[in-house]
Amino acid sequence: MRQIHTNLITDCVAALCIDACRNLPEDVIQGFHDASRREVSPLGKSVLMRLIKNDEIARANEISYCHDTGLTIVYVEVGQEVHLVGGDYQQAVQAGVRKGYADGYLRKSVVGDPLLRVNTNDNTPAVVHTDIVPGSDIRITVLPKGGGSENWSTMKFLLPGEGVEGVKRFVLDAVTAAGGSACPPLTIGVGLGGSFDKVTEIAKKAILRNLGEHHPEPHIAQLEAELLEAVNRTGIGPQGYGGLNTALWVSVETYACHITALPVAVNIQCHANRRKSAVI
Amino acid sequence: MATHKLSTPLTDDVIRQLHAGDEVLLSGTIYMARDAAHKRFIALLRAGQPLPVDLRGHTVFYSGPGPTKPGHVIGVVAPTSAYRMDPYAPDLFDYGVKAAIGKGNRGPAIRESCRKNCAVSFSAIGGISATLFTCIKHAEVVAYEDLKAEAVQRLEVEDFPLLVTNDAHGRDLYEEEVAKYRALLNPA
Repeated sequence: MRQIHTNLITDCVAALCIDACRNLPEDVIQGFHDASRREVSPLGKSVLMRLIKNDEIARANEISYCHDTGLTIVYVEVGQEVHLVGGDYQQAVQAGVRKGYADGYLRKSVVGDPLLRVNTNDNTPAVVHTDIVPGSDIRITVLPKGGGSENWSTMKFLLPGEGVEGVKRFVLDAVTAAGGSACPPLTIGVGLGGSFDKVTEIAKKAILRNLGEHHPEPHIAQLEAELLEAVNRTGIGPQGYGGLNTALWVSVETYACHITALPVAVNIQCHANRRKSAVI
Repeated sequence: MATHKLSTPLTDDVIRQLHAGDEVLLSGTIYMARDAAHKRFIALLRAGQPLPVDLRGHTVFYSGPGPTKPGHVIGVVAPTSAYRMDPYAPDLFDYGVKAAIGKGNRGPAIRESCRKNCAVSFSAIGGISATLFTCIKHAEVVAYEDLKAEAVQRLEVEDFPLLVTNDAHGRDLYEEEVAKYRALLNPA
């Protein structure tokens, strides 16, 4: 067994929160450049150039790319050969979020109760997903999820007979309803299959995938390409100012499901597509 | 589509010259207020009481910044979704607010209210908080300090980059541009 102190988890989560909020992933920046070359709308093109510039300013000044630094989603894969010592694992993750949001001057955007709505002032609790996997490492991914795009995410149980066309209609309806409010150019995560809870979990995992990486199954990769094309024919464009680039990418993840159901979930991600990972 | 370099306060004459799609670089004083402050404003207006800050003739920026780093005047900041202020905005335009700054499409009531009141709704690009932060030269909490990130702040801005999205002539940029590109991308 490899012993790992939970303090290392806290420090790793804290560093990832700050890194994610200040430095967009390289594939996302590349996505802005590619989109700006394709864009025919002058306003849309100027939005994309502003996004590229905004990333440069955030990096140079060590400040957040976007002020909405989100509800923090943390994915932890713990190797089954690992023995955690030094304290409570869940508390260690939450302490990392607390430290990252304080040290990084990240906005605290979490209220403790959905109806009473008092800010917790430290951005905890984060939403934590933990998996036990083979090996002796811990892999942590932090996804600060902004509210403006998350609020347009949705799920539905389609009839199995509605098939691919039903899925396309549902995704297009979600993107059209979001319009400019979700801060396009979007990355769209789609979950297909599973249960009520599983389908939304895999839709969110789908937005962790790098732009340009298709699903390994050819029929799902084809669906991703067709969805991206359909979404980019809505005309919504960057920020909803009109144009070709409503989304930079669509990722679909699937899971087995019940014979009666075709669950579909759409997780909308804004242009501040922040995700950072590290291995302990 | 013109580019205007404007200073606050925005007079009716200036607002009438603005058209959906025009770019504006705004300098001067604006007031930051979002959901929670708007809820309180409306309660006061409906009770016939004065607002804690006189916003007549002024520009309201829908936003809540991040924490201020040492040595900075404010934290990073960009507009929040404007549609969430739609239930409140017509009352504030009636009261005398002349301009709003948010992001994303708004409802038909805003279009009508801007026309009726000779007011304008601007959009700033959502999420370019690092960029907009550099345009803010001074910031001061002037009401509702208890709301923390949602407190009302008076800002001094320089060349704040905006787009006219609902003008005083009843036009809506989002609707027009999306329809144009949808038609272009889906030829009959």
